[in-house]
Amino acid sequence: MERSARAFTHNAHKALADDVLQDNLVKLKGNFLVRRERARDSLPEFDVLRDEAKAIKDHTLAHLDLYLEAFEAQVTATGGQVHWARDAAEARAIVLEICRAEGARTVTKGKSMIAEEIALNPYLEAHGIEPVETDLGEYIIQLANEPPSHIIAPAIHKNRQQVAELFADNHAHLDGRLLDDIDDMLADARKVLRERFLKADIGITGANFMVAETGQTIIVTNEGNGDLTQLLPRVHIALASIEKAVPSLEDVTTILRVLARSATGQEMASYTTFSAGGRRDGETDGPEAFHVVIVDNGRSAMLGSEVQDMLRCIRCGCCLNACPVYGKLGGHVYGTTYSGPMGSVLSPSLFGIDEMHHLPNASTLCGRCEDVCPMRIPIPRMLRYWRERETERGLAPSTARWGLNLWSAFASRPTLYRRLMRIGVGVLGRLGRRHGGFANLPLAGGWTRAREMPAPEGQTFQDRWQRGERP
Amino acid sequence: MTATSTPHVALFVSCLVDLMRPTVGFAAVKLLQDAGCTVDVPQQTCCGQPAYNSGDRDNARKVARGLLQQFQDYDYIIVPSGSCAGMLSHDLVDLFDDGDEAVLAADVAARTQELTSFLVDIMGINGVAASYDGIVTYHDSCSSLRAMQVRDQPRRLLESVNGLTLREAQDHQVCCGFGGTFCVKYPAVSSAMAADKADRLAETGADTVVAGDLGCLMNIAGILKRRRSPIRVRHVAEVLAGMTDTPAIGDGRPT
Repeated sequence: MERSARAFTHNAHKALADDVLQDNLVKLKGNFLVRRERARDSLPEFDVLRDEAKAIKDHTLAHLDLYLEAFEAQVTATGGQVHWARDAAEARAIVLEICRAEGARTVTKGKSMIAEEIALNPYLEAHGIEPVETDLGEYIIQLANEPPSHIIAPAIHKNRQQVAELFADNHAHLDGRLLDDIDDMLADARKVLRERFLKADIGITGANFMVAETGQTIIVTNEGNGDLTQLLPRVHIALASIEKAVPSLEDVTTILRVLARSATGQEMASYTTFSAGGRRDGETDGPEAFHVVIVDNGRSAMLGSEVQDMLRCIRCGCCLNACPVYGKLGGHVYGTTYSGPMGSVLSPSLFGIDEMHHLPNASTLCGRCEDVCPMRIPIPRMLRYWRERETERGLAPSTARWGLNLWSAFASRPTLYRRLMRIGVGVLGRLGRRHGGFANLPLAGGWTRAREMPAPEGQTFQDRWQRGERP
Repeated sequence: MTATSTPHVALFVSCLVDLMRPTVGFAAVKLLQDAGCTVDVPQQTCCGQPAYNSGDRDNARKVARGLLQQFQDYDYIIVPSGSCAGMLSHDLVDLFDDGDEAVLAADVAARTQELTSFLVDIMGINGVAASYDGIVTYHDSCSSLRAMQVRDQPRRLLESVNGLTLREAQDHQVCCGFGGTFCVKYPAVSSAMAADKADRLAETGADTVVAGDLGCLMNIAGILKRRRSPIRVRHVAEVLAGMTDTPAIGDGRPT
């Protein structure tokens, strides 16, 4: 997708002023997080499972080379083929090459964040191949020509009316008719997509996991579209980033138990689909060829670094649902593939802090993301890590740097600090005494636009204490 | 940890309490003394958190260094603010890598306690002798809740206040949008979050909102006052110490 993380502030103002978006975002809270809490409460060992899941990923990341090699060997042994892509360009080229070798004109796609990350759709289109998203949310935003705004609910920012309008504009058989019933819309999308499924030459999915033990890729979906995408066409391409490796099926089982619960509050997603190799002799269905494209695109540089823990992420979207900033703004404001708290750590890690330095600041460090993360990723700590890199590289606004330097110059000299503060607090205390606060304060215009600034009481605690005042 | 019979504690007042709301400092002292502690207020400025959370480790270290010298030799360091308590007990050790300073930082960290959890968990206080006639809702400050595990302690103490009815707000654990420098960097987003918070607080029908962090309280008081809401805003220590005859946060003083 086109990146606009530099425009975060501008994007945020637009999102706050968008009443429809604000209404749509309220759905998030009521839906996912409440269900997640219910699912957590009904599984007493939930936190134990989180620890186990974390340990599995930590172990895997510590031996990632071995597990990836083992995975490749198993895929090859089961008749599939593994391709390695160092970056987005290589990944796109590999996919295109497979498409060309197969003479593909239409590809269906299951939802895949890595495909978004490498901007696969526009690339395929530019090379004469039509990609069709088959996840309903992805399909909706493909019609709208927008990127996803949420990892697991890509069209969460749209309401029923907006979807009806997109269908009316894009589905010729509707003749511009607006469907207002959700079931009718679903039926309509199903009808359109069914033709696409049958017409597709190649199916491209992501992979939630790559199982080293068996050479299987696994996708977790709720709509069944992923199955049709990978089973109906002649060729299945699974795209996966390197950190999706897990050692064994048993490990997958553990992680699956926290994945859906964290994402949607389900015990398991409706479909958990395992792919191993292509169609074998005597088998009657499934793709003839199975390709796995393993993408690095900046991740191996995260190994052994301060942000390695981010590679544990299983893309459940729970931190997005829990984040009060995401909840006010939605995902598009982040201007990059991965939004919300996880994205604010991952995006600078993958795409560089220079371009992404607004994102780690777009958090109050309230810690709710870490609280809910099934993989116990210390997101606030890593947001702070990126803020430190921002400071080191001189990317923070000069007013902020100047302000902090001035503040620390005073705060590290207690006597001077107390004298100055005594004066400042005294003046503000007198000025604000009657009203109790300030409707306007120089240098605090951002604060006072929507809030008063409470006035200080007028004397500092330390002065009063020094003078012998006691409660 | 167990308390000695009369622990000698240092009050870390927090810069916002020191500058904006000394009443909270005196309320904290009263609560600590009533619990049987001897209280000192060492010379102090700030815990360094604004710089630390802004990614400015050098300035954070510079400011926090003074603290290490001043806050030795106390049984406990008590903070009427979850976020400064979090800074002292978790992040301070991260600022000093090795040597004497690292040892001192670890020592300060181990002795630091948020006020209400100290009273309940360490001093074994289950109630206070205060009165407050009103319906109160408690806002969980993020750092209190998540960094310092403060959740039931202030509620238990509030419930013991004579005449006080405690009522939970929806989303009481959701950030109010203050976030230290976040409210300066992204004031519009911060205000929008504060507006949501104000809606949830108003729904409770409470006449007073209390919390354990002055940052959140100033933010919440600021938005409520702009809305001309009748809801009063106070630090939890003021209510627990019975020191509510001063104007609430953001309220004027009749002349």
